[in-house]
Amino acid sequence: MAKPTARPHPVIDAPPRLPMRGHPLSDDEFHKATPTVAWAPRLEYAWDTGAAIGRFLDGLRAGKIYGVQCRTCGRVVTPPRAFCELDFKPMDAWVELPDTGTINTFSICYVTWDMKPLRTPQIPAVIEIDGTVPRGGFLHLVGGLRGTTVEAIRTQIAVGTRVQAVWKKPKDREGAVTDIVHFTPLRPRQKAR
Amino acid sequence: MENGVTGGGSRTAPAVRMSGLIRRKPRRRVAVVGAGLSLFMRRALETGKELSYYAAAQALESAGVRRRDIEGVIMATAPDAFDGVHMKGDWLLDGAGGVRRPYMRAYVGGGSGVFSIISGWTLVASGLFDLVLVVGEEKMSSCQPHPQSAFLTIFDHTIERPLGPNLLWIFALEQHRYMSTYGLRNEDIALVSVKNKHNAMNHPAAQVARELTVKDVLASEVVAWPVHRLMVSPVSDGAAALVLASEEVARRLTDKPVWVQGVGWALDTSYWGNRDLAYPRYVEQAARMAYEMAGVTEPRKQIHIAEPYDPFAYKELHHLEGLQLADKGKAPEDLAQGRFARTGALPVCPSGGLMGVGNPIAAAGVMKLCELFWQLRGEAGARQVPGTPERGVAQAWGDLMQVGTVAVLGTR
Repeated sequence: MAKPTARPHPVIDAPPRLPMRGHPLSDDEFHKATPTVAWAPRLEYAWDTGAAIGRFLDGLRAGKIYGVQCRTCGRVVTPPRAFCELDFKPMDAWVELPDTGTINTFSICYVTWDMKPLRTPQIPAVIEIDGTVPRGGFLHLVGGLRGTTVEAIRTQIAVGTRVQAVWKKPKDREGAVTDIVHFTPLRPRQKAR
Repeated sequence: MENGVTGGGSRTAPAVRMSGLIRRKPRRRVAVVGAGLSLFMRRALETGKELSYYAAAQALESAGVRRRDIEGVIMATAPDAFDGVHMKGDWLLDGAGGVRRPYMRAYVGGGSGVFSIISGWTLVASGLFDLVLVVGEEKMSSCQPHPQSAFLTIFDHTIERPLGPNLLWIFALEQHRYMSTYGLRNEDIALVSVKNKHNAMNHPAAQVARELTVKDVLASEVVAWPVHRLMVSPVSDGAAALVLASEEVARRLTDKPVWVQGVGWALDTSYWGNRDLAYPRYVEQAARMAYEMAGVTEPRKQIHIAEPYDPFAYKELHHLEGLQLADKGKAPEDLAQGRFARTGALPVCPSGGLMGVGNPIAAAGVMKLCELFWQLRGEAGARQVPGTPERGVAQAWGDLMQVGTVAVLGTR
């Protein structure tokens, strides 16, 4: 066992004044000197979609975005849910929404979850779908843009940019959120349907 | 609820409206009487149990009590997936001093650190116990190849994970919404990294203390625009602990008890795309509850130190606004004017925060409470804020970006 020692740090006149313990491993120690035990778990799950999201996914397969309405608080929201979490009662109606909306916020992400660099960035965004309450958005991607730099992308989209869903071909759809490939800016002459 | 200030900036905002969030003010007072830390580090040789033991033993020593005097134990530690150990709270029990004691895990993700003192407070305030040990621990480094993999499962399995998300997305999306709502620049945000990493130069447990400029922060790699690498707290291993006591026992143990004057917590909907990402309403609700209990009606006058949760640079500003310590969208301006410096009108993260000391998640929240304990006793040495601070607030945040946990500590 490596001998626990205090990390050398400048003597600072500040608490805790009792000696602090902990042995930070150097890369060398971690890779060579210190034995570790590795385990890669294999866990598999089959998640049921639930009543509300199941119908939402069926809608996507048909090229439609559905929301739900609560007549007590008056909200139309998507993704759909079976009950209103504010009024705690069943939702009152299903609403077919247009496949257009507005970018609430977006990011331009150059790393994967394990911090590997991405040459072509992912552009996650919260899209407020038309016909829902303000800020009634959901997470999706923006695509169909030119260039890969922050500057190039920001000349094409901003918070407030109007966007429309780009769908997979009907035969390729599988009742998944990815049946929408991404959202892309509406061209000026294009009208929301 | 609205600040509604028409002039004079954040310093002269009106009193907080009391909102009846608590039924009655609890009568039994609870004090913090001891605090302890391990080093915070990128990768520790020690196991989570060992780190917990280091911090817990130091807290007991500083309080002048032994484990056998402790009647109940609270353990805060974030996702089991970091360690690959199911029921890790129970597994860490031995290191937290919880063997053969009433023992509970406090767990609301990143909010767990401050939730731990709330949980410990309930055990003492209820009259159940006189002496309770509170421990926060995190060992993120075990998770390979990067602890972000443990976070992937917070996204909805059906409608979000197929899009290939990573944890940075939600922070980047929230920061951008915050910036666009109030017309903020990334320079305004980067200053948080500069301040906190500077403050941490005086923290002996610190992992990522550095002297930097705003230019350095913005020259660091863009990981998920608008977030740059130096706006993100590090992966950390570490532990922190506190000893809580009833009034009678606290008075026997110390001349300088630090009172838990108020606690509050709240969670917002898990449909996070339906929330206002520019403003953490759940933090406001938690703060109002804690302030009401503490009798704080004018937080900007009555709170002298703040330790808001700063896992990302913008989060400190976001949370200061939720805590009613700055007007909506105005925290960056206050920061630029020096209001939040250690020597400013409202020192914020004098410890160095998560951006400077490090972010072993649940332990980081407890570290903030340790800092308030030392600051309010006037014992913070090189980190001591000027004057004689009488009241401070610590706050943490987490779960699916939806929980606010708040504790108000004071000398009276």
